[in-house]
Amino acid sequence: MATETKAPAPTPTRTRSARTRRLLTHIGLIGFGLIMLYPLLWMLSSSFKPTAEIFREPGLIPWSFTPSNYTEGWGALQFPFHHYLLNSAIVVAGSIVGNLIGCSMAAYAFARLEFRGKRLFFAIMLATIMLPIHVVIVPQYILFAQLDWINTFYPLIVPKLLATDAFFIFLMVQFIRGLPRDLDEAARIDGCGHVRIFCQIILPLSLPALATTAIFTFIWTWNDFFSQLIFLTSPDMYTVPVALRTFVDSSSQTSWGPLFAMSVVALGPVFGFFLAGQRYLVKGIATTGIK
Amino acid sequence: MSALLQRSPKKVDPAPPKARVAKGSAGRGTGRRRQENLAAYAFLAPWFLGLIVITAGPLLASLYFSFTDYNLIGDHQWVGLENYERMLSDDRLLSALRVTFVYVFVSVPLQLALALALAMVLDRGVRGLPLYRSVYYLPSLLGGSVAVAILWRQVFGAEGLVNQVLAFFGVQGYGWVSHPDYALGTLIVLNVWTFGAPMVIFLAGLRQVPRMYYEAAAVDGAGPLHRFWNITVPMLTPIIFFNLVLQIINAFQTFTQAFIVSGGTGGPSDSTLFYTLYLYQRGFGSFDMGYASAMAWLLLMIIGGFTAVNFLASKYWVFYGD
Repeated sequence: MATETKAPAPTPTRTRSARTRRLLTHIGLIGFGLIMLYPLLWMLSSSFKPTAEIFREPGLIPWSFTPSNYTEGWGALQFPFHHYLLNSAIVVAGSIVGNLIGCSMAAYAFARLEFRGKRLFFAIMLATIMLPIHVVIVPQYILFAQLDWINTFYPLIVPKLLATDAFFIFLMVQFIRGLPRDLDEAARIDGCGHVRIFCQIILPLSLPALATTAIFTFIWTWNDFFSQLIFLTSPDMYTVPVALRTFVDSSSQTSWGPLFAMSVVALGPVFGFFLAGQRYLVKGIATTGIK
Repeated sequence: MSALLQRSPKKVDPAPPKARVAKGSAGRGTGRRRQENLAAYAFLAPWFLGLIVITAGPLLASLYFSFTDYNLIGDHQWVGLENYERMLSDDRLLSALRVTFVYVFVSVPLQLALALALAMVLDRGVRGLPLYRSVYYLPSLLGGSVAVAILWRQVFGAEGLVNQVLAFFGVQGYGWVSHPDYALGTLIVLNVWTFGAPMVIFLAGLRQVPRMYYEAAAVDGAGPLHRFWNITVPMLTPIIFFNLVLQIINAFQTFTQAFIVSGGTGGPSDSTLFYTLYLYQRGFGSFDMGYASAMAWLLLMIIGGFTAVNFLASKYWVFYGD
């Protein structure tokens, strides 16, 4: 440190101190990263340990390796765990399709078309991004109860189709605004209507924004607990988070092994999407600030 | 795509600019505008429906329900301000407010400070940046899940991971999640742990700070601390502001972690009874929909109020370059 501030020129000591500094930075960053990830790694390893060992072994190596937590956890609840995985998959798939269709349509109108009330509606759209779900959940519940939709996936999917995840409208508006207008002008001159411009020009060019939307919708919906807890009340319809929750309630003390195993199963898909879609995720949060 | 491009060689404008600008002329300009209006409303139709049925409608409906007594089964009865009056003398509600405020105002600054610190370290041209960024970001994606909350419950439990490590050093730890003084702390740690998302935003912001400012300051003999306070911080204030607004709004709505760690009770002795958790208990535990709606509106007021204050205060400390 001292050498660096005092002597700007002399080469050997300086490069060496710069190198040690860089090395120290890396050691610090790796150490911190390990501490951050340690609980997750430990859960993964513990899911292969007998329950008694989970409470004795803070290390990462499952000395008495056993996959029995997974087999036991899979059948511990009323339905086999793949039942809940399938339910979650249906909700997630529906939400992704809904968001892609609903939000891209609205985004096209906001980004490319002129219409009466545009500024007002755009402001309203932005405001709804900030709207806490807790403020609308009671009337939504009453509405869906009257439609007889409680215990179905409709309350979780239909709102997405109606573009209520305004975050994604905003994301796509920003993206579409960056696309060159010459393309749609040219297509318009050729007699293309808005539907064709939207489907054949805007959508194909917006693939990165659509991918970001799909990935975030996947992760948020897969992790979502509040609305799934409220709208899905019979075990038959439970998704993974709601099923995991009943697992905790039914087994507060005893079976941490199986519970960990099923938690790992629940986190797996998110981790997979994270690995596959890192590029889009980082770009997505950097441009819009979503979590 | 490319075929489409090639098929448009003629530069004939069907609606000359004059006609488009001229107001009220019955030319093709107004026709096209009307057509575009219609097209826009058609594209927005799902969103309009969603606005009416899923967001704005229920928003107003919950305001109405907040003045009623309604338990889903019978009819709702207008009770005026009774729900709001009950809130004033509801000890659990006041406790929930206190818990939530402590959570927001302790965890958000810590989280943002950590995010900024790491972003600055990573911004110094560290090799392997994408890898570090991903590792630090991962908890942000998983932090809101039930599975991680379950993990937290074990890690900070009486015989959990933390105490196993402490025992290693001969320290006897508490059952952190079941101790009224520490349970909230474990959830604060959980929120701080998810500093990756704001960190990525800070990183993007740091990229925008022109290097020449630092070089000029270095030439003038400014030390690292000086450069941090006089260049980095002012240039980053819009990003800090953005992260602050976003994370405060998020933190006020925390639910899953408190629900799972406390088994839905908000215990021990209401120390993790977050506002949204209490709202859930009143609305969907005892089906006191009127009261839950009043609580929801108070939450909206609080979040809206803090956001507004944030925006007003930002005039004094946020620096928008040019």
